[in-house]
Amino acid sequence: MSSRETILQRLRNRTGGELVAPVSDFSVLERPNWSTEERIERFERTIESVHGEVHRCTRENWIDRVAEILSARKARNLLISSQHQIGRELRAVAERDDLPNLLIYDEPIDSWQPALFNDVDAGITSTRGGIAETGSLILWPTPDEPRLMSLVPPIHIAVLEASKLYTTLYEAMHAQNWKTGMPTNALLISGPSKTADIEQTLAYGVHGPKELIVLVIE
Amino acid sequence: MSEATQHPHIDVKEFHPRAHEALHNPQIRQNFRKAMDGLMSKRKAAFEGWDLETLRELGANVRLRALANLPDLLEQLEQKLTENGIKVHWALDGDEACRIVRDICVARDAKTVIKGKSMVSEEMELNHFLEREGIEALESDLGEYIVQLANETPSHIIMPAIHKNTGEISELMHEKTGTDLSHDVEYLTAAARQQLREKFMNADVGVSGVNFAVAETGTLCLVENEGNGRMTTTVPRCHIAVTGIEKVVPNLEDVSALLALLTRSATGQHITTYFNMISGPRKADELDGPEEVHLVLVDNGRSSIYQDDELLDTLRCIRCGACMNHCPVYTRVGGHTYGTTYPGPIGKILMPHLIGLDEGRHLPSASSLCGACGEVCPVKIPIPDLLVRLRRESVDGDKLHPAKVRGHGSKRTPLEAAIWKCWSWMHSRPGLYRTGTRLASRFRKLQPGRAGAWTDFRTAPKLAGKTLHEQLRERGK
Ligand code: SF4
Repeated sequence: MSSRETILQRLRNRTGGELVAPVSDFSVLERPNWSTEERIERFERTIESVHGEVHRCTRENWIDRVAEILSARKARNLLISSQHQIGRELRAVAERDDLPNLLIYDEPIDSWQPALFNDVDAGITSTRGGIAETGSLILWPTPDEPRLMSLVPPIHIAVLEASKLYTTLYEAMHAQNWKTGMPTNALLISGPSKTADIEQTLAYGVHGPKELIVLVIE
Repeated sequence: MSEATQHPHIDVKEFHPRAHEALHNPQIRQNFRKAMDGLMSKRKAAFEGWDLETLRELGANVRLRALANLPDLLEQLEQKLTENGIKVHWALDGDEACRIVRDICVARDAKTVIKGKSMVSEEMELNHFLEREGIEALESDLGEYIVQLANETPSHIIMPAIHKNTGEISELMHEKTGTDLSHDVEYLTAAARQQLREKFMNADVGVSGVNFAVAETGTLCLVENEGNGRMTTTVPRCHIAVTGIEKVVPNLEDVSALLALLTRSATGQHITTYFNMISGPRKADELDGPEEVHLVLVDNGRSSIYQDDELLDTLRCIRCGACMNHCPVYTRVGGHTYGTTYPGPIGKILMPHLIGLDEGRHLPSASSLCGACGEVCPVKIPIPDLLVRLRRESVDGDKLHPAKVRGHGSKRTPLEAAIWKCWSWMHSRPGLYRTGTRLASRFRKLQPGRAGAWTDFRTAPKLAGKTLHEQLRERGK
């Protein structure tokens, strides 16, 4: 008999007899419906408490913010997607001299891994929404915005539409109907990469980005 | 990592001498005290504004619902994962799980493995297995990396290097990796980042654990702060996840309840930096992610625990570590004293099943039964009750409670058994009982002042001059 069958058989022929599955009541996870403004404030407060940065902006001025943020940090370049509106809008103004060099993630990682790991200063991605209660961003990487964009560069800029800010994870997964189909990789990101493994002292950017900057578009 | 070939084996039976040593090591005691005090207050603050009792009730209920349908859920999980392109393997024990991982590595001609944090892989002793097979296994979680550099084992399931302070870590990194001696945590962390980035790029395979496996969607969930888990599961061309068979839950919404409890209980965080949900390998049009994803489902004693209604509760555990953070024994003796993969209260109720109650016979009694663990456990595991149950099993219990755990009866001694037999014989015969207690109180001067280890730190109780019956009779007059 294979290990699979042995394990399943042992579980099925339980000596204690069959178990009865209880019904779960999830109402303790529900929150009163906060207004958009309340949600933004809560999101901002929570993500800032873990060293994230939030900038509120509009569809018109977000690129100015990106330019300010990156020049203040002397970033040499910014990794963008090739198809997404964020990437397209940035490319349209690529010659602005307050913007760093724009790099497009349009080749399989295998062909340029060392450059991504060693030479890219910042990456910008869209988000699928956010969660106010925990200060989280929902990311579903796609062929156009691959997984490593939000992980390898030391600075991650994420664009969040205020209208897609949910109150709780429980609400978000139901509202977006996640169970009908998950992507190969989905993420909640709630701050920059961090560790407290050396004597409980917080340090940022241990493996992923040292900085997480959220642009909330209202 | 040539030094790591020697297995840092700690003998679980040496609990007492190690406890004695740890109690006399002020550095260890200070490191743990400071860390545990911090964790306890952070946990408390994180649950402020929550109806914690109701939430824990839900957590327990979600885990119980998963366990009630465990075999069906495992099959559903396997089917969904397979549809998603993830290959599922089953292992009866740690050795078989190690062999499965090795075979995948060999088939890919892999020489280096980078690891995310996984307690199940510690349970399997995977690193040493792979090294014996000529495959380098490097830990990437900063705490695990430090512990591996020191050729030690984790002393806490969430914070593996909690037993070390900054100075000790600085010296270790200096000696093993050539970094400068420095108490600057930022510097040490940045140095480790640099060292490990190289390794991520060159690793052939990434091995990770799993916090929750969702049956309805075929999704593997990983909870972490550092991003090494994302690196491990994204950068190498092959990802192997290893997990205990009990980690499956039916629905995605179950995860929202358990996640709310897990991170707050563990480190007092509302959520960790990354919550990583993996449902498949890289698709043809995707530009990154592993080409191959495997899941190894490990039994290793879990299906035996599953047989018994009371012991079953052990499998509800979500490995948050809150029970150790609140344990007065753990805080004083530290994680290494236990000599087991899982230390602290959860280790005391889980390890006897994994290694047998003969090997682990000291574990259930290394507790004051204060009950703190059971009070904080996010899935309401009655840890103190399970400790009492295992204590009874270790002396073979009685006719009403037949012992079941492997290695039961290992603490039974003929003398102790005979004494209890006399005791119950006497207590069921009123005449004899009266004469016996009267004689004992009259000759109480002859009572020995010492009673084995019991009186090492306590004074022996003294018999009263008159029996309770006599005292009551006098009062009644
Ligand atoms: S037994 Fe409970 S408190 Fe301890 S690690 Fe498991 S879930 Fe956490």
